[in-house]
Amino acid sequence: MDLLTALVEHTFITAAAITLATVIAIPLAVLAVRSRWLVTPTLVFGALVYTVPSLALITGLWPVFGLSATTVIVALALYALMIILRNTIVGLQEIPSHVKKAALGMGYSEGSLLVRVGIPMALPAIMVGIRLATVSTVGLVMVGALVGHGGLGQIVLNGFTNNFYRAPILAGTLLAVMLGLILEWLLVWLERRLSPWAPGALR
Amino acid sequence: MNVLIWFTDPANWSGPNGIPARLLEQFVITAVAVVIAAVIALPVGILTGHLGRGSAVVTSVANLGRAIPTFALLLLLAAAGGVGVSAAIIALTIFAIPPILTNANIAISGVDAQARMAGRAVGFTGRQLLSKVELPLALPLIFAGIRTATVQVTATATLAALVGGGGLGRFILDGFGLQDTTMVLAGVALVALVTMTMEGFLALVQAGIAHQLGRVPGRLTSSFLRVLRNG
Repeated sequence: MDLLTALVEHTFITAAAITLATVIAIPLAVLAVRSRWLVTPTLVFGALVYTVPSLALITGLWPVFGLSATTVIVALALYALMIILRNTIVGLQEIPSHVKKAALGMGYSEGSLLVRVGIPMALPAIMVGIRLATVSTVGLVMVGALVGHGGLGQIVLNGFTNNFYRAPILAGTLLAVMLGLILEWLLVWLERRLSPWAPGALR
Repeated sequence: MNVLIWFTDPANWSGPNGIPARLLEQFVITAVAVVIAAVIALPVGILTGHLGRGSAVVTSVANLGRAIPTFALLLLLAAAGGVGVSAAIIALTIFAIPPILTNANIAISGVDAQARMAGRAVGFTGRQLLSKVELPLALPLIFAGIRTATVQVTATATLAALVGGGGLGRFILDGFGLQDTTMVLAGVALVALVTMTMEGFLALVQAGIAHQLGRVPGRLTSSFLRVLRNG
């Protein structure tokens, strides 16, 4: 596998895991916040799942999904899910009650209050979650090399098993760190585009 | 079902490849890495917090620590310094430093200014202020950093098996090499059980410390849940 193929696979697995996690996390957070008692069990459960190391989670899913990219994507989506879920819940909980009352007073239903007021106001917190999750996922994708789909981790592992050949190990590592930084920067830009009302957004 | 049978097989409970031996390896690697990290990071974090200087350096160390992939650093160190327990311990120490450092710094610098002024008013010197006011007040948060680091290192120590460091990761990797699904799943269950128990136990200790210092109203269970919930 050459560097470019590895980089493309790395980016693809990261994007797929983050998208999957976001799509599941936001509705789940909304559900948890709406029925308040769910918040603590959800967060405690998430914190416990989060302690399971990536090596265990990826190989644990191997009997289910085989030696495929799906195994890595599903495992990493689980970690990302926990980070995004936590941030979204906190973001939704921190909406000031006078804002909610004002929206209800203007005739918003519970549902549209959530979609048109709640989500936009929680957006900065959600985006911080997505950013943290993305950076950590870029690092974790490498562990997927164990099931043959680790993107740049593949380059690193091959270098390692090839008599500790350091050039590929270093190249793979540096590219992964750079990918993490670039994706983080892209997400900061995206957040500014998505929330034009935020201070400093229209620059 | 097969996994349960694997756990009841006495052969898996004895010898250098048995569960107790691997568990001990995992704990020893973790303990050594966390202790070294604490010896380095605690004084620096506490001092920068006390003096109110250098927090920018602390923040950038933390950010850098998060950006470096564990997997890559472990293989890189093993390739540079030789396979074995020492490569694993060095890599794990590097991962344990950021949470301990940032928490110690934030814990001390975040001590209530009123409390600090009160200490000054009764004539405490800088050193007394640190030992009698700041440290006791900051203790739960300082411990939170050690808890995060310990749980993280316990989990990551599983990767040590990749570079010949032993530990519970061996069951997973060996099982994987033999295409033995039962062994892999047993290893996964073992690792998950150990990290979750560690998190629960240390969260309980942290809640207990806060209660001992008498600054948390309510019952121990609720502050235990709060610690777990806030991650």
